[in-house]
Amino acid sequence: MYALLRFKRTTDLPLPLMLCRVQAGFPSPADDYVEQTLDLNEHLVRNPPATYFVRAAGDSMEGAGIRAGDLLVVDRSIDPRPGLIVIASVQGEYTVKLLERQAGRLWLAPANPRYAAIEITPDSDLEIWGVVTHVIHRTLPEAGHARVRPG
Amino acid sequence: MPVYALADCNSFYASCEKAFNPRIKNRPVVVLSNNDGCVVARSAEAKALGIPMGAPAFKHEALFKANNVAVFSSNYALYGDMSARVMRTMADMVPACEVYSIDESFLRLDGLRGDMTAFCGKIRERVLRWTGIPVSFGIAETKTLAKAANKLAKKGGTGGVFDLRGPDADEWLARLDVGDVWGVGPQYAKLLQSRRIRTALDLKQADRVWIRKHMTVQGLQTVLELNGQPCIPMEQAPPPKKAICCSRSFGAYVRNLEGLREAVASYATRAAEKLRGQDSVCSIVQVFIRTNPFKPEHRQHAELAQATLPVASDYTPDLLRTALGILERLFREGHAYQKAGVLLAGIEPKGSRQLSLIAPQPKDEAKRGKAMAVLDAANRRYGRGALVYAAGGIEPEWGMKREKLSPAYTTRWDQLLEVRG
Repeated sequence: MYALLRFKRTTDLPLPLMLCRVQAGFPSPADDYVEQTLDLNEHLVRNPPATYFVRAAGDSMEGAGIRAGDLLVVDRSIDPRPGLIVIASVQGEYTVKLLERQAGRLWLAPANPRYAAIEITPDSDLEIWGVVTHVIHRTLPEAGHARVRPG
Repeated sequence: MPVYALADCNSFYASCEKAFNPRIKNRPVVVLSNNDGCVVARSAEAKALGIPMGAPAFKHEALFKANNVAVFSSNYALYGDMSARVMRTMADMVPACEVYSIDESFLRLDGLRGDMTAFCGKIRERVLRWTGIPVSFGIAETKTLAKAANKLAKKGGTGGVFDLRGPDADEWLARLDVGDVWGVGPQYAKLLQSRRIRTALDLKQADRVWIRKHMTVQGLQTVLELNGQPCIPMEQAPPPKKAICCSRSFGAYVRNLEGLREAVASYATRAAEKLRGQDSVCSIVQVFIRTNPFKPEHRQHAELAQATLPVASDYTPDLLRTALGILERLFREGHAYQKAGVLLAGIEPKGSRQLSLIAPQPKDEAKRGKAMAVLDAANRRYGRGALVYAAGGIEPEWGMKREKLSPAYTTRWDQLLEVRG
C-alpha cells in the first residue's frame, strides 16, 4: 500500500494495471495509532478453502431467519449432524434445510409450516453439500451499497 | 530416502463444473478451449464415450447431443479459485508441497510415519469433501516415479492412490507405455519405440550412454529417476524454443484499431510469459494482422512487420509497446480483420545476452524482473488471465466466444450458487 503511494513514474511505458481496487489518498497521521482493523472474514470464515458463499431463494426457511436474497456462509468441512442447517442437493437442485432426526429417521426439514419435510433414505438421490454457518441478511431496503452522506 | 506424492486432480476442469451442478453429477462433461474451439477437458463419462482430447467441438455436436453431454466454455475464474482451494487443503496436511500446475502438486511425505497409502487416502477424502474435486495420488521415491504411479492410480481400481515403492514396482512399470513417462514427449517416444524401448521398465533399463547421447542430459535424468535416484528439480524447463508465436482467430470481426490493440496486446503478453518461462530474452518482435481470405467479398488486407529491440528483453511492457507500435503502422481503416498474431524471434538465453553500447541496460532491471516474476507466478497459480495488462482489454469484443460459460460461483458476488429455501 505505502509502496504504491511512493511509486514514482519515470517512464512512459504502459504499466501493469492490477484488476483490483486500491485505496489512494494521503496517509492518515492516525495510521500509526491504529492497532488493528476488524476483518469480518475472521468472524465469518473459519476454514477458507472449504468456505463458500451462496445465495438463498424462496421462503421455506423463514422461521430460521433465512430469507430470499440472503447470503449464506457455507463450510463444507463441518460434519453435517442433526440440528444444523445444511445445503443439500435434492433431485438435481440445491436446497437449504434443517437436518433433523425424528423417530430414528433423518429429515430435511423446512422452517415454514407451509412446506413439508423430506425424508432422507438410503436410496434418495440426495447429498449433503455443506453446513450453513452464518446468514447475512440485509436490513437496508434500497439496492446498491450504503453510503454515508455528509451532514 | 525422500518420498514424493504427485497429487493430480481428476479431469480438473470438468470436476470443477460438477462441483457446483448436481444435475451433471453422473453425466459426461466436456470443457472447451478458448473460443469454444475444441475439447480441453473430459469427465470420466466423456472419456468413456470416446471423445478424444482436442476434438473440435463442431465436429462432435451430434455425439454430444445424442449422449446428453454437458458442454462448457472454459471458466478460468472458477478453475483458478478451485485450484487454490485444493492446493491449500493439501498443503496444510503435508510437510512440503510444490504446486506444479493448476491441477497438479508434488507433496513431500518425508518423515511421515505409517501407511502412506492410507494417509494419501485421507488427503483425498478431505479434498473431495471440502471442494468436491477428486484427486489421484501416486507415491514413489522420485518425481518421475511419482508421476508414473499417478498414471497407474488413474488407470485402475486402486481407490485413487497408488504406491509404487515395493518389490513389484518393475512389474507395474512394464505396464506403462514409454510415452506415458514424464519428460518423454511424442518425438522421443517414437525414437525410443524404434529402439524397442516400449515401456517405462524398458526405459529404466536402457543403455544410459545411448540415452545421454540421443535424449540429452534430461533424458538421462529421467532414466536415473526411474531407477529411484531423485535428480529432477522443480520447474525444469524444456529446451528453449527459437521462436514463440501467439496468434488466434477472433470470435467476431474486428474493424477498429482499439479492438486490434487489445488482441495484439494480449498475445504479446502471453508470448512474453512463454519467453520468461524458458528463461530467454528476444530481440525481434513481429506482428501480423489479416482479414478473412475465405471471404472474397471482403476487402482483403494481410501484412506483417517487425521491429528490433535495442536490447534483448523479456519485459512485458517493452514487448507490448513495440508490438503496439508495429500494429499502428499496419492497421488500415475499413477492413474486417479476422486474425492477428505476435511472434518473438532473436531468442537467446537470458544469462548470455548481448549488451548494447548505445542503449544502456535499464537501471531498474531487478525490479522489472521481480514484477514479471509476480505476474507469472499469479497466472501460473490461479490460471491464465488472473493478472492481465489492461491494454489487453477487460471485456474485449474480439475476445473469445464463450457461449456455454458457467457462473463464476466462487469469485463474483452476482454469480453465486443459488439454493432454494
